[in-house]
Amino acid sequence: MSLDRRTLLTGAAVAPFAFARAGHAQGTPTLKIGVLNDQSGVYRDISGPTSVACVRQAIQDFGSRGFNVEVVVGDHQNKPDVGSNIARQWMDRDGVDVIVDVPNSAVGLAVAGVVREKNKVYLNSTSATADLTGAQCSPNTVHWTYDTYMLAKSTGGAMVKAGGDTWFFLTADYAFGHALERDTTNFVKSAGGRVVGGVRHPLSNTDYSSFLVQAQSSRAKVIGLANAGTDTVNTVKQAAEFGITRRGTKIAVLLMFLNDVHALGLQAAQGLVLTETFYWDLNDRTRAFTNRVKPHLAGSMPAMSHAGCYSAVLHYLKTAADMGAAQAKQDGAATVARMKAMPTDDDCFGAGRIREDGRKLHPAHLFEVKAPGESKGAWDYYKLLQTTPAEEAFRPVNEGSCPLVRS
Amino acid sequence: MEDIFGIPAPLLFGQLLLGLINGAFYAMMSLGLAVIFGLLNIINFTHGAQFMMGAFAAWMLLEWAGLNYWWALLLVPIIVGFTGVVLERLMISRLYKLDHLYGLLLTFGLGLIIEGVFRNQFGSSGLPYRIPPELQGAWDLGFMFLPIYRGWVVIAALILCLATWLLIEKTRLGAYLRAATENAPLVQAFGVNVPRMVTLTYGFGVALAAIGGVLAAPIYSVNPQMGTNLIIVVFAVVVIGGMGSILGSIITGFGLGIVEGLTKVFYPEASATVIFVIMAIVLLARPAGLFGRA
Repeated sequence: MSLDRRTLLTGAAVAPFAFARAGHAQGTPTLKIGVLNDQSGVYRDISGPTSVACVRQAIQDFGSRGFNVEVVVGDHQNKPDVGSNIARQWMDRDGVDVIVDVPNSAVGLAVAGVVREKNKVYLNSTSATADLTGAQCSPNTVHWTYDTYMLAKSTGGAMVKAGGDTWFFLTADYAFGHALERDTTNFVKSAGGRVVGGVRHPLSNTDYSSFLVQAQSSRAKVIGLANAGTDTVNTVKQAAEFGITRRGTKIAVLLMFLNDVHALGLQAAQGLVLTETFYWDLNDRTRAFTNRVKPHLAGSMPAMSHAGCYSAVLHYLKTAADMGAAQAKQDGAATVARMKAMPTDDDCFGAGRIREDGRKLHPAHLFEVKAPGESKGAWDYYKLLQTTPAEEAFRPVNEGSCPLVRS
Repeated sequence: MEDIFGIPAPLLFGQLLLGLINGAFYAMMSLGLAVIFGLLNIINFTHGAQFMMGAFAAWMLLEWAGLNYWWALLLVPIIVGFTGVVLERLMISRLYKLDHLYGLLLTFGLGLIIEGVFRNQFGSSGLPYRIPPELQGAWDLGFMFLPIYRGWVVIAALILCLATWLLIEKTRLGAYLRAATENAPLVQAFGVNVPRMVTLTYGFGVALAAIGGVLAAPIYSVNPQMGTNLIIVVFAVVVIGGMGSILGSIITGFGLGIVEGLTKVFYPEASATVIFVIMAIVLLARPAGLFGRA
């Protein structure tokens, strides 16, 4: 079978947006926001239509300030080439000024290159790789919500502190998994722990029992899952089935979103420790945001990735209003520089700022998944264990080897 | 215990057993494909979607009708099998006179549509489905810890495969089926209603996929793309076993499960590709497959 359904679909997915409306009042500048994410595959629920709804919410909350805002949506199908193509087409032909969301680290890095080349703005919320603000940082990129370093520090650090000093990694075999494994390994080692083994599994693997049995026979105290989405859900489900947690081995889910917990069910997910930078039930402001956006979602809840899209677009619009929309359209790097100069503040993440390497700073929250008995209603899944302050949550600015940082 | 090829023996035995369990799914799925191809000459690429529908139907019965796993095991093949019958009558039956490729394209497209509808309705993360209380827990085999449910899957798959093989090779109905495969007009001339038999065969093949889905629901994430991940592998299994060969697909299914399990120990990165490497070699050496007749 050489037919690839994704390839077949590419044309169909892109075509509608190529003819996006270009009509707008003359004289009033229009900022065009392209939400580029996974609308049809494994990362649909952590990005997809909910991200689009959150972007629209940001535009609505921002209100009207003398320029128009348009949104276009594209499906990158988790393919770097498809993602870069859409980005190129958007910026060359359709006048898109800013690209938002972009899950999947491989696609995320590819699109960063294109946006830099075209001197537009890149607000990445959902890719995990810390390389976006490290070796591959760019004056056009802001990496908003989370990254592998922050996850490794928060979840990995907490596990080692709780006595989990020997680790075995189950790693998704692509850019994201490798980055997450690397960053967590550094934390485990610097805290005096050891990595006793690991396997790299193909993306969208279905059966993890072989790997879990290997992990168990390594006698590691912690099995670190450097994977995401359905892969993580399947691994946790099967780890419970094989009684791995009952025998005292701890599972460290290094990246898990609220939707994944929902997919697992509290019965299987209870007791897992994970890190997110946003939770809908965290405080009054997050609840207020969730109540505003909820009517536009099809029964789901926003996770941190979605909140990041909201927050990033809101800050971008504030910046554009501050420097003038026409100016913002012209020079992406200058817009990002201005975004870095302005402090951020929104309902999802509270007050924060963007660092010179493009890293958005806000606190990271370590949560434990509630047991079925503790949950008071739908989507009541987390209890807060600890919060790492914004300035400590992410990689120190001089350690990322980002060329933009002058030491 | 000693090491075998540098791998501790308990680990190796464990992997062989796990391979056998995965092989049970491959065998069950490829069996349905082989039955359908044998009689209809249709490469049923909707099979993955039908497997997924089986898992979702089990979830719906539990959530919406309060019917547990055992009811699902009984009802889901009937419900999903019936959708297969409708599909065959409305669409697939129109393609029998055309080249294989058209059937492949139609079923492939249908699979995508079904998957898309489920994804729109239920999202991509999936839904929780618990292991039935009767089958929870695990046996300690000494060399590994075997969940009772996995043991049940192997047994159920073996029974299904054996029953299907007996039905087709040893009964009068099976004889009609095989005869119709060889020469449909002649069988029809003897008064057998061949079109109806063909429809029911398709429904039966789909029901097999649906049972696979129910069996998979408690251990794999119940999500719309669960079938897509499996169908390509299963298709390779059918090609290796020999298109349309019942016994071939059963043996190859279990065999390749084991090969894949071993690859996961020796070189995990290749575990997704090893089956296709074998497929390429088999196609070069025996184009009709290991058990197929050229």
